[in-house]
Amino acid sequence: MTEVLFFLAATLAIGSAIAVIALKNPFNSVLALVVHLAALAILFLLLHSEFVAVAQVVVYAGAVMVLYVFVSAYVGEEGETWTSGGRLQRALALVLAGAVGVALLIAVLGSGLRGLADSDELPTLEAGFGGAAEIGELLLTRYLLAFEAASLLLLAAAVGAVLLARRRPGGIPEGPRVVAVTDLVPSAGTGSMTEGTRGTLAAREMERDRLAERAKAADELAERRVAERLAAKRGKDGESA
Amino acid sequence: MSVAWYLALSAILFAIGLFGVFVRRNPLVLLLCLEMLLGSCNLALLAFDRYHAQGDGSILAIIVMVVAACEVTVGLGIVVAMYRRGHPIDVDKTRELHG
Repeated sequence: MTEVLFFLAATLAIGSAIAVIALKNPFNSVLALVVHLAALAILFLLLHSEFVAVAQVVVYAGAVMVLYVFVSAYVGEEGETWTSGGRLQRALALVLAGAVGVALLIAVLGSGLRGLADSDELPTLEAGFGGAAEIGELLLTRYLLAFEAASLLLLAAAVGAVLLARRRPGGIPEGPRVVAVTDLVPSAGTGSMTEGTRGTLAAREMERDRLAERAKAADELAERRVAERLAAKRGKDGESA
Repeated sequence: MSVAWYLALSAILFAIGLFGVFVRRNPLVLLLCLEMLLGSCNLALLAFDRYHAQGDGSILAIIVMVVAACEVTVGLGIVVAMYRRGHPIDVDKTRELHG
């Protein structure tokens, strides 16, 4: 039974991996990778690592892939599929990847590793193998440093993502500006950061300056639009006259 | 079902992911193929875990998943930033990432 399931999951994994590379639309590639991750989760279950299988489905397929879906829907262009090296580059890449695959297969199967030679009798597992309790205990006792380092890495990645996604002037226009409530309600007296560091008086002044600036910009925009319409009208009158 | 089957499958998936990284032009798909490389490594780790009946491999597999999630976060942030500034989403046309 395990053999049948193994071969089914392996075929699904290899097929979806090839689909990720071969499909043109990147959105379809993302969906193919989700199928690939599900097939890998089945394989992890066959290896009795239940916690990692569930983590794979919930975290990897459920969170990371959803992030991919959002970004590929936002970016959305298709563009060119294959790299600019053309057929030669693809053939060379195939040869190189094939060579790496063959080398790994030789290393794994042909080296006579003792672990593989007598791995037909796998050791019997304890009751809690691969469950959350054992993994939790290991993470908090033997691998505590790795656990803390991984948390630090997550923090760094979150900060980096926020920095990268900051808006800066000069990008593509993102649509009509929407008025937010904070534009209408003065922020002095609400306990903002400016107020805390520089005092309420300074915050009020900054608020007043900001509103005056926005009023000026709105006036200038209105004047410019009026001037444009006048010029267009004059142009039309000039043509018809 | 001996462990060698899982290791062979891991090697094949690694080779497929490697080919994808060399050959696709869209950075999103490139990152997807990187995920496949990491997934194949996870499979090998858990196969040896099963052989030794210890939990160490699954710890490393979880750490690998954490690293992959962080890398995806930053990589997708870069892609979004490139798109917002109007650069083409194309690894062959990307010359510098500064600014």
